[in-house]
Amino acid sequence: MRITRHIALGLSAAALALTIGGATAQEKLRIGTEGAYPPFNNLTASGELEGFDIDIARALCEEMGAECEFVTQDWDGIIPALQAGKFDAIIASMSITPERDEQVDFTKPYYTNSLVFVAPKEAEFDPSNVEGKAVGVQSGTIAAEFVEENYPNAELRAYPSQIEAWADLSNGRVEAVLADFGVQYEWVNSEDGSCCEFKGETVSSDDVIGIAVREGETELVERFNAAIDAIRKNGTYAEINEKYFPFDIYGE
Amino acid sequence: MSEPPSAIGAPGLPARGGAEVLPPPPPARGLTRARVTGIVLLGVWALVGIGTVLFLLASWNVELFTRYAPRYLSGLLVTVELVAISVLAGAVLSVPIALGRRSKSRIIGVLAYTYVYFFRGTPLLAQTFLVYYGLGSLRPELESVGLWWFFREAWYCAIFTFSLNTAAYQAEILRGAIESVGRGQWEAASALGLSRLQTVYKIIIPQAALVALRPYGNEIILMIKGSAIVAIITVYDLMGETRRAYSRTFDFQTYIWAALIYLGIVEMLRMTIDRIERRLTRHLRR
Amino acid sequence: MDYTALLSFGPEGWGDDIASGVAVTVSLALATLPLGLALGFVVALGKRSAEPTLRLSANIFTTIFRGLPELLTLFLVYYGAQIAIQQVVKAAGGETYIEINAFAAGMVALGAVFSAYASEVFAAAFNAIPHGQYEGAHALGLSRRRTMRLVILPQLIRIALPGLSNLWLILLKETALVSIIGLSDILRQTGIASRTTGEAFLFYGTACLLYLVLALISSVALSAVERRVSASGAAR
Repeated sequence: MRITRHIALGLSAAALALTIGGATAQEKLRIGTEGAYPPFNNLTASGELEGFDIDIARALCEEMGAECEFVTQDWDGIIPALQAGKFDAIIASMSITPERDEQVDFTKPYYTNSLVFVAPKEAEFDPSNVEGKAVGVQSGTIAAEFVEENYPNAELRAYPSQIEAWADLSNGRVEAVLADFGVQYEWVNSEDGSCCEFKGETVSSDDVIGIAVREGETELVERFNAAIDAIRKNGTYAEINEKYFPFDIYGE
Repeated sequence: MSEPPSAIGAPGLPARGGAEVLPPPPPARGLTRARVTGIVLLGVWALVGIGTVLFLLASWNVELFTRYAPRYLSGLLVTVELVAISVLAGAVLSVPIALGRRSKSRIIGVLAYTYVYFFRGTPLLAQTFLVYYGLGSLRPELESVGLWWFFREAWYCAIFTFSLNTAAYQAEILRGAIESVGRGQWEAASALGLSRLQTVYKIIIPQAALVALRPYGNEIILMIKGSAIVAIITVYDLMGETRRAYSRTFDFQTYIWAALIYLGIVEMLRMTIDRIERRLTRHLRR
Repeated sequence: MDYTALLSFGPEGWGDDIASGVAVTVSLALATLPLGLALGFVVALGKRSAEPTLRLSANIFTTIFRGLPELLTLFLVYYGAQIAIQQVVKAAGGETYIEINAFAAGMVALGAVFSAYASEVFAAAFNAIPHGQYEGAHALGLSRRRTMRLVILPQLIRIALPGLSNLWLILLKETALVSIIGLSDILRQTGIASRTTGEAFLFYGTACLLYLVLALISSVALSAVERRVSASGAAR
């Protein structure tokens, strides 16, 4: 099967005369991130990347003695872009899922995540009854998958980025937004999110976040794993955690 | 993508202008440069085709198919519905705009021109964002004028934007078609004592329709292709379902299927238009 | 909200980011144009060829690139070609990663679409040139190549120019699609600005205005060119 697939792809590729950029060397690590996922990775007004993922990535790179460069990429295309070699690792709050694991290799988790609903304070939104309710999610996330699997009767609205889902929650286009606990926490405590609050308990709490690298790059996975252990030990991780969240995000 | 033929001038020209003046040289036999290039290019296309088929066969997955085929179908229906409604609404809207473009009043003329210029001069994607996300940020203002219920829905926003957009293009098609019918036709009709309405129905429209048929067909095709962007404002059209399937499976065949479906409908539409045109112009054939 | 501050060029304003987006949009369109024109001309020659295999190849090309949504073409080139090339490299035992950047992918995809439409414009223009022109050139003893260069091309350009101008305006707008594959053009930069500031109407409105300005500049420039070309034709 696999071989046929290679040949098939090869035939199509051989037929495509394409502009090809330069090959990339390995000594510099390029980190792919989204840049629209506060407080994990987002752009400031001056166009700088900031956030938990970014700080963790910087700490890991320092630990590994690698020179890191960030590349922003829209969420929808982030795995194809990794496979295509636009960057060498994804540090963008990516949940480890079986489907993704088939496409990429993951490091050990660098934090744990759960999903939670957010809705306007005055709304009576009950996570156990979302039939016919418009629920906003970011497309291609585990939140989108979760709604599809568990709430087939909800009206799923998928947005290219998390920020657009919230914008439509505050103007009433969707009745609730399901997303990672960390981002929802930051948002409801921000000025924009003051309209809204958590609704119900967290769902899907067995979710872990890892760093994705291309399939078969075991050495890079090992280096990342060692670096994660190191920053856990030397207190850098705790420092970054504290900077963004008043709770422990790592989860044992 | 095809390899460009190796020589620009030589293979392209028709087989006229050979060594002798008359009669034109018979078509070359055997392997001319043009034939070699043509065969090589066809071979390239065959490879692309075979590669695609093999790829689809190799990645064939019953589970995937039963799961996503109904979704693709519903996405296709959404696309068709969106395009049909927008093109019809746009057709209605285009009449006053086209008349405005031909109006003797300067103000109306400028307004109609500005409308057409705006919608034809900016990307549909930017217009869609402006309406959906832009108006979304103006909720209080829209609520105070009682329009928010409309712009609240992504589906309405999409239809609204697409209708306004295609209206601008259709207005120009309509205007061009009307202007293609000579003044003499109007004069002759009035000399025959036909009323204005009769003139429009019996003389102008049948002639203008011939001119407008192809551009209208092309406009529908452009709308089908252009509608692929609504996926970005949460409408699950064919492209939306494709992106959703891809983001779940990371299987590239999802895009290949979408490409085949789009190619299929566009090609079918093109053939239908050709057939209608041939029928309508059969009196013009010699 | 102070709108002028948001659009200013300072570190807190988005003016500089949007200006760089304009530069990307314009340079992508300008880079695509020659590719699209050249390819479109070649495809048009193929369509007019006496050789059926060439005609067929050219027609397959236009059918595909006029039939696919531009967005899909862009995805196919950007992700598909890349994955395919990667597989080939892997199958050949290579380890290097070959990167097609978003700009090149945009150029190839938009160039292919442009050329598919341009080939129709060129083919129609070829048809508009009377056979007598070829015969006359032949009678004067011009070779095929010289006939093309001295007799046919000058007329062809004049006839095709309005159609090509129109395609340029379409190309300018279609570059907006590359924002979806992450190239920092006008629409992506204004999109980032509107997400970060929440002023979607302001920034997307700005984007539309910028495209309008580009279209306006192009129209003025193109009609000047058209006037020049048609003037030179009339004086013949």
